[in-house]
Amino acid sequence: MELLVATAIGILTAGGLYLVLRLRTFPVILGMSLLTYAVNVFLFTTGRLSVGAPPILRDGVEVYTDPLPQALVLTAIVISFGMTAVVVMIGLGAFLGSDDDHVDDQPETDQSTSEGQS
Amino acid sequence: MSLFFIVALPFFGALLPGLMNSAGRAATAGVTFTVSLAAFLGLLTNLPSVLAGEVVVARVDWMPLLGLNFSLMLDGLGFFFALLILGIGLLIIAYARHYLSRDDNMGQFFTYLLLFQGAMVGIVLSDNILLLLVFWELTSLSSFLLIGYWKHLPEGRQGARMALTVTGMGGLAMIGGMLILGQIVGSYDLSVILQQRDLIQADPMYVPALILILLGCFTKSAQFPFHFWLPHAMAAPTPVSAYLHSATMVKAGIFLMARMWPVLSGTPEWVMIVTSAGLITMVLGAVIGLFKHDLKALLAFSTVSHLGLITMLLGTGTAFGAMAAMFHILNHATFKAALFMSAGIIDHEAHTRDIRRLGGLRKLMPVTFVIASLAALSMAGIPLLNGFLSKEMMLEEAHHTVLFDTPWLVPGLATFGALFSAAYCFRLIGHVFFGPVRDDYPAKPHDPGAGLWLPPAILVSLVVLIGVAPFVAEPFVKLVTASVLGTAAEVPDAHFKIWHGFTPALYMSIIATIGGLVVLALFKPALRLWDAAPRPEAKVIFDAIVAAAVGLARKLILPLHNGAFTRYAAIGSVVIVAVGYHAWTTGTVAPQTRDMLPAGPVPIAGWLMLVVATIGLVFMHRNRFLSLILIGIVGLMVSVGFVFFSAPDLAMTQFTVEVVTIILLLLALNFLPNQTPIESSALRRARDIGVAVIGGLAAFGLSYHFMLRDAVATPISEFHLANSYKGGGGTNVVNVILVDFRGFDTYGEIIVLGIAALLIYALTETLLDGPVRARLLNRKPTHRRAGDEHPMMMVVLTRGIMPVVLMVGFYIFLRGHNDPGGGFIAGLIVSIAVVMQYMASGFGWASARLKYPYHGVIGAGVLIAGLTGIGAWFFGKPFLTSAFTYVRIPPFYKFELATAALFDLGVFLAVVGAVMLSLESFSRLARQATSGPSNEHPMDIDPSRDEDPQETSEKEAV
Repeated sequence: MELLVATAIGILTAGGLYLVLRLRTFPVILGMSLLTYAVNVFLFTTGRLSVGAPPILRDGVEVYTDPLPQALVLTAIVISFGMTAVVVMIGLGAFLGSDDDHVDDQPETDQSTSEGQS
Repeated sequence: MSLFFIVALPFFGALLPGLMNSAGRAATAGVTFTVSLAAFLGLLTNLPSVLAGEVVVARVDWMPLLGLNFSLMLDGLGFFFALLILGIGLLIIAYARHYLSRDDNMGQFFTYLLLFQGAMVGIVLSDNILLLLVFWELTSLSSFLLIGYWKHLPEGRQGARMALTVTGMGGLAMIGGMLILGQIVGSYDLSVILQQRDLIQADPMYVPALILILLGCFTKSAQFPFHFWLPHAMAAPTPVSAYLHSATMVKAGIFLMARMWPVLSGTPEWVMIVTSAGLITMVLGAVIGLFKHDLKALLAFSTVSHLGLITMLLGTGTAFGAMAAMFHILNHATFKAALFMSAGIIDHEAHTRDIRRLGGLRKLMPVTFVIASLAALSMAGIPLLNGFLSKEMMLEEAHHTVLFDTPWLVPGLATFGALFSAAYCFRLIGHVFFGPVRDDYPAKPHDPGAGLWLPPAILVSLVVLIGVAPFVAEPFVKLVTASVLGTAAEVPDAHFKIWHGFTPALYMSIIATIGGLVVLALFKPALRLWDAAPRPEAKVIFDAIVAAAVGLARKLILPLHNGAFTRYAAIGSVVIVAVGYHAWTTGTVAPQTRDMLPAGPVPIAGWLMLVVATIGLVFMHRNRFLSLILIGIVGLMVSVGFVFFSAPDLAMTQFTVEVVTIILLLLALNFLPNQTPIESSALRRARDIGVAVIGGLAAFGLSYHFMLRDAVATPISEFHLANSYKGGGGTNVVNVILVDFRGFDTYGEIIVLGIAALLIYALTETLLDGPVRARLLNRKPTHRRAGDEHPMMMVVLTRGIMPVVLMVGFYIFLRGHNDPGGGFIAGLIVSIAVVMQYMASGFGWASARLKYPYHGVIGAGVLIAGLTGIGAWFFGKPFLTSAFTYVRIPPFYKFELATAALFDLGVFLAVVGAVMLSLESFSRLARQATSGPSNEHPMDIDPSRDEDPQETSEKEAV
């Protein structure tokens, strides 16, 4: 099981990194979302994996999973929504303002030639 | 009054003028005056203790481990400077009230002025050198604002920048010097440092510390070679010049030299550096000043010259020199502030400060004439005025000072400087007030109202009083000198007298005065000579240095920081992996301690879905809609994974967040292109795949290794599990951690979330105000629009389901403390319920039914959470301490009441507000873009819908 989770984290990270390195805003945002999943799952696993032991106290139950990483990840999930929303807004604003959704600064000469061509 | 109040009053008072701006100019000036007056009176209440020779202290430990304490002290020296700052400040405020025109923003001016005043008082009352540095930098900043107050004047902006650069650099040097000093002594408290003269002077780091501290003092007090910024700062309004650049700020450097005098002075290095810098400054300033035609420039250079004089006196390192310096500070502050104010009056009335265009004002402005002439004669060193007394003392001291083994050097140069000093004073009087009355003044000059001439008149009456009866000032100056000297030397016995007999100083004084008159008589040929002589222009040199520094910084930074985000990301990822690899190879690897859990077919199926979706996302990311679906699958699988691994709260949160995120991205995709073009080269893609694979492998290796080993130390979670029910009153440990154990974290998080939402709202507003609005209105949809924008089935369904969803949200919220759920999840569920209404029935319909704006909801949430936390204070508990009890109201079963639930309500509201505000902002963009009026009724069917845009464009193309 640990192997499955670890490979999932690895694949999510790799996919996220590849998308983050793309040149347009939208794939970069998707890449960051994938990285967020990877990081959240990783943080979650710091409590180690356990099946069927939710941290809800019940009489007669002695074994519980580690609740602290869960609490931390819970807020991280909500905050990452806020961050995604802000990044999307910035990307959208940049696109609407300049009709260009590149994440890198474009060399100025390129713009003038493309304008000249069109 | 406590010293804290004296320092704090101007800072807090600085809020008032801005607020009073709309109440009129008199009210604004009045409130500023009152604030200053309160601080002034507060200072005077400490006078008896100071006169008794006591040192008043006030102390609060701020960061004791760093040695940074908020400790203040008031001794004779501090009192003297504070008196100058607050006393002259009062006069300046009264003067500025009449000086500023109606177009000037008076509230802003007085706010800056009070900030400056507070910072300045802070410097002179600090007992901790780190605190002193903080105030020191604050004066640089506030003086920058004041010099550049007239933002429309390029000279003002340039002068402000130059002043900030020079004094800021000096401040940086001084920080270094002060830290060295603190290291030597082992304490940053002045009162301790001042006792350690021998220790400091014997230390090998003494010279570097001295040079660094002196750099700070010299830049601030405009000593050669940093004197050039002061004349350029004269672009400031005259009250600023009179206040900052004659009476207070430029004396901060001198104050510090005086403060540090007991421990730093007396060494050969000190004498050589300080005395020669002072001498050069004094002579240079006097000579340049004589040939300046701008009245304020002349006064600026004369200030430079007099600051040089005081520096020189401190540099000699004798007790008599220190006493003369203190006396001259007092005298200079009185006559120079009066002169600046007179220059302001002339500028105000004649609309020019150019001496060549003035003359004959004696008859037109008799009051100003008397004030300015008395002040100028005092500056020239004419008997019966206070300038004479301190200048005599200076010459006396110079007579005894030997520099570079040349006995005549210092007295000769001092006389030479005094000669030119007298000459420019005479020129000021002669060329401005005497001579024939002209008929070509830019404006008809006449004496101003009392509001303008009274403040300088008060100062000039002091000039005359001290000049005629020097014994009035003597005890006070000696008191100040005593606190300068500390234990290092005795206060000299000399008495302040007008007549000392035929001393060398008297002869030097006579030579200077007569020489000054001669130079004035020869002014025209001298000016021709001066104009013909080549001179380095400080501003050109300064600009060249700044340009060179900027060029160098560009060369260094631009190749590294070229705006290519992808490059930073690639480099960053590789570096992180490399550092991790280094740690991995150099650290110890513990043996495996946990057995792997067996994996059944269901987890493997889930894993497969996640992996396939991720890989598919990477390969098909160019199709943006498809990639949204795929990332939805990934998110769903992650939530399922949370359920499987005993984290029901996480699963619910992840699931609901997934829904709102996808809606958000859909809204964004409404505007963004639907396809990502192929741009990167194969090489580049290979590089990116390389980076991604390395990163992925590293993440895999780390987490795999991690999960199979137990924690090195016992996790603190045991505590949470043990105390969740006993201390927090809840059985859902995750929720108790969120709202109780780590409530402060959560409180910070909802604030961050609220800020993020407000940021999105603000960005939307900015976009809609700008050219984007027109672009949105003219936008043609790329896809065929639906004929029924609000399908009936969906409208009916969402409305029917709304109460159910709200009920579910309510239930999830209430059970949160004991079962999976809570404020975060409930907030997300309720947001989804509301978003469904927006989606189904349309923006117009939904927002018409919106009673509370989302900003308010966020604010209410944060407030409720905060107030719940504050409530604990009333029971003497720390912030956010929770309480709970069990009650039973028949016929209900026993249930729990907890303050944590109230806190969770705050979380709930903040989440709802933040999510809704973000989504609503995006929809407002979309609403701009939809053509036609927004819907008022749902289920509208638009029969006039456009034809398929692709078809239309094809037709047009044909």
